[in-house]
Amino acid sequence: MTKSLTQKQELDRVTILFCGDSGDGMQLTGSQFTATSALFGNDVSTFPDYPSEIRAPAGSLAGVSAFQINFSSIPIHTPGDTPDALVAMNPAALKVYLPKLKPKGMLIVNRDTFSDVNLKKAGYGENPLEDPELANQYQLRAVPITTLTVNALEDVDLDNRAKQRCKNFFALGLIYWIYDRPLEPTLRWIEEKFTRAPKVAQANQRALETGYQLGETEESFTVNYIVAKAPTDAGAYRLVNGNEASALGFATAARLAGKPLVYSSYPITPATDVLHELAKLKHLDVRTIQYEDEIAAMGSAIGAAFGGTFSLTGTSGPGVCLKSEAINLAIMLELPVVILNVQRGGPSTGMPTKTEQADLLQAFAGRNGESPIPILAAANPADCFDVAIEAFRIAVRHMTPVFMLTDGYIANGAEPWRVPRFEDLETIEVTHPTDPEGFLPYARDESTLGRPWVIPGTAGMEHRLGGLEKQERTGAVSYDPENHERMCRLRAEKIERIADFLPEASPDGPSEGDLLVLSWGGTFGAVYSACQEAQKKGLAVAHLHLRHLNPFPRGLREVLSRYRKVLIPELNLGQLALLIRAKYLVDAVSFNKIKGRPFTIAEVEQKIEEMLS
Amino acid sequence: MTGAAEYRALTRKDFASDQAVRWCPGCGDYAILAQVQQTLPKLGIPRENFVVISGIGCSSRFPYYMDTFGIHSIHGRAPTLATGLKCARPDLQVWVVTGDGDSLAIGGNHFLHALRRNVDINILLFNNRIYGLTKGQYSPTSELGKRTKSSPQGSIENPINPIGVAIGAEASFIARTVDMFQQHMSDVLLRAAEHRGATLVEIAQNCVIFNDGTWRHLTDPNAKLENVLYLEHGKPMRFGQKRQKGIRLNGFRPEVVDVARVGEENLLVHDEKAEEPTLAHFLSRMGPPEFPTPVGVFRSIDKPIHDQLLLEQVREAQAQKSPDMNALYRQGQTWEVPQDAT
Repeated sequence: MTKSLTQKQELDRVTILFCGDSGDGMQLTGSQFTATSALFGNDVSTFPDYPSEIRAPAGSLAGVSAFQINFSSIPIHTPGDTPDALVAMNPAALKVYLPKLKPKGMLIVNRDTFSDVNLKKAGYGENPLEDPELANQYQLRAVPITTLTVNALEDVDLDNRAKQRCKNFFALGLIYWIYDRPLEPTLRWIEEKFTRAPKVAQANQRALETGYQLGETEESFTVNYIVAKAPTDAGAYRLVNGNEASALGFATAARLAGKPLVYSSYPITPATDVLHELAKLKHLDVRTIQYEDEIAAMGSAIGAAFGGTFSLTGTSGPGVCLKSEAINLAIMLELPVVILNVQRGGPSTGMPTKTEQADLLQAFAGRNGESPIPILAAANPADCFDVAIEAFRIAVRHMTPVFMLTDGYIANGAEPWRVPRFEDLETIEVTHPTDPEGFLPYARDESTLGRPWVIPGTAGMEHRLGGLEKQERTGAVSYDPENHERMCRLRAEKIERIADFLPEASPDGPSEGDLLVLSWGGTFGAVYSACQEAQKKGLAVAHLHLRHLNPFPRGLREVLSRYRKVLIPELNLGQLALLIRAKYLVDAVSFNKIKGRPFTIAEVEQKIEEMLS
Repeated sequence: MTGAAEYRALTRKDFASDQAVRWCPGCGDYAILAQVQQTLPKLGIPRENFVVISGIGCSSRFPYYMDTFGIHSIHGRAPTLATGLKCARPDLQVWVVTGDGDSLAIGGNHFLHALRRNVDINILLFNNRIYGLTKGQYSPTSELGKRTKSSPQGSIENPINPIGVAIGAEASFIARTVDMFQQHMSDVLLRAAEHRGATLVEIAQNCVIFNDGTWRHLTDPNAKLENVLYLEHGKPMRFGQKRQKGIRLNGFRPEVVDVARVGEENLLVHDEKAEEPTLAHFLSRMGPPEFPTPVGVFRSIDKPIHDQLLLEQVREAQAQKSPDMNALYRQGQTWEVPQDAT
């Protein structure tokens, strides 16, 4: 059976949201669509959104897992504001995500799951599919996905449950037809994934193909959307999420210095994948240790740094709380350690799987005493790679612990990453002095104020470090009042001087004007896109995105003074704004969102317009 | 790092730093410091390969007085620094100095896990059954009913038994000695240093200011022989002025017996190498008033060593896979955008 006619329609970008029960394989479905689109040549950006329960009760609202992907023929920087298409595998998923769907958007639901029991679990009094309004407001396609999947697999020697489990590939196949994607990458992936279970591979492949055929043959699917390749710089690309990119960056930093990487950690969402990724890299002399707690991980990181390795610990906000005392020890010992905080919704346990950027002040000041520490934040998944390398570069050059902040949004979101050539990366110079002549543990480098990194095993240079205040130069214990003030000022100045080694603040857009939008961390995509839109409209809006939160880049004061207004959008209650206002006496306006979700472009755009009206 | 050939015979003086020792006059820590400084030169290891790491407390001043590499860290966390250091640098001899509060109260978790992992470090636990540096509060090893500044009516907490905790953590080397037993301490320290894997040496130590005489029954020349059981591997357990008493097992209960009456062949024979820690557990429970206090090596067995296993995994992975960063970057699905793509 062939359809009479199919329209072809070209689009420059499309956002799809796949949602279903935690067990429905939505993350996998979304990842496959992403990989296929990336391989095809689109620009892509994703946002996995899943519950913290591993298996919340089946069919419940709490158990809904979603994956949003934005793919395009133009450069994009976010996973998209509002989905053009929604694939809902059960009533709970429909209930949670229907409000996000664009008016007249494509709505594909698995009709088979709309049983009385499931409707009740989702809190529907009546079956929403029977409400004619749904079909009026959206392009509703209620497909019996489970039945069609099982029918297609009639002759496959698997039990019914196993056949039903293939339904996500059926749905994926249908979406592939609608958006004119090739099946080959996913067919190949299935084959590789299920080498040991050829029957399962066959079933999933057939489900995918059958879903695709449904699009081809079913009269109600009238439009075939085309999203062409996006222009990109030449080179090799792969998909990477923030946690993968961070892990690759850290491993790279250690290789650039010819050092082992020691990763001391304790599992915590959403940072755990960094441990998983690094645990696979033993062949690069990456040594991962899973500790009894966060405190132990930080203590270990100090020990490993003292031993002369590249030392890293990674966690999320609650873990940083536990590490704080030991972070202060690292500040006192002036040893290079990188602390990765993949931020999540807080306070306390908060919202483990939801994103937020409310740990900036914790990183800045969450310790006793005067305890300055450099802070870097990554802007998007691929940026995690570069920031991870820079964090180590700063740590060893200035002999200090360094905070690297990412967040759940960029940690789990994936984007194309232009693969570097290792040979092109700048090496990281490390010296361990070996000449005992005149050696003082707290003598300082003139330009960085860093102290010498002398490691155990160096004859004649035995010395003791400790958390008690240090005498300047000798490092001996000292309670001298003058010395204490000098040391506090020295430690502060050491961090301030890092700015000498950083690029100056340079905004994107007009060099002076009505509005500067100042952002940091994972909000980059939405803020950048919103500023681009504003500039297209001819508004005098510039964007400055900060990678360095402590110290701030040189020239920031001057940049801030060149605009009539300053807007600081943050996924917190105004933490960067507090620092900027305090440091530069600028009447910056805070724009805040703390819903566990990233900004949409529209939200920022609207705020920009409001600021200028 | 200095090779064995270049090794210069070291003496106690080589391990003494230029810092004035600032424990209270008469503190048991002096005797321990002296024994450690006496013992380390006997190991034939270059001084620069020693690292002494401590937490917080009187005992934790120790690294400042040793002319080795050292870190005076934070309360209870010394085993974590030691583990990280050992994983970074398995070539080093790492010693942890801690007290009963540092290791069994605030640092209890790390103490357990360092022993469980069997990291190749040596832990010296100075047990004076009191908090000294904070001026006299009860510690996790203080006796029930102990009157201190924070327990004026007597402590209402049951004490913890360091040896028992170490057994529970499956430690591969567990020993006890006493600050005043110079030769004995030296022997035990040597054994600990030579053991591969984590070692725990509990040192009964006197706090002359806040808990003076807490171990008097072990150190008083008149009472000591009646109260101390010296453990010797393969030897029957005898003690007393004339070694007239012994330990016999009666069902599941040890008992003190008269050797002349029951015969030496019926005494418990010490076996520090027993795979099962049952005997060590019996011994850990012994103490006054019914039993003598055992000192010496309770347990010394071979077990896989954490830092070695870690390095073996690294070497195995290195043998199987080349350290090609570009291959790593390109793992999974990659695609090429050609030069002329616009």
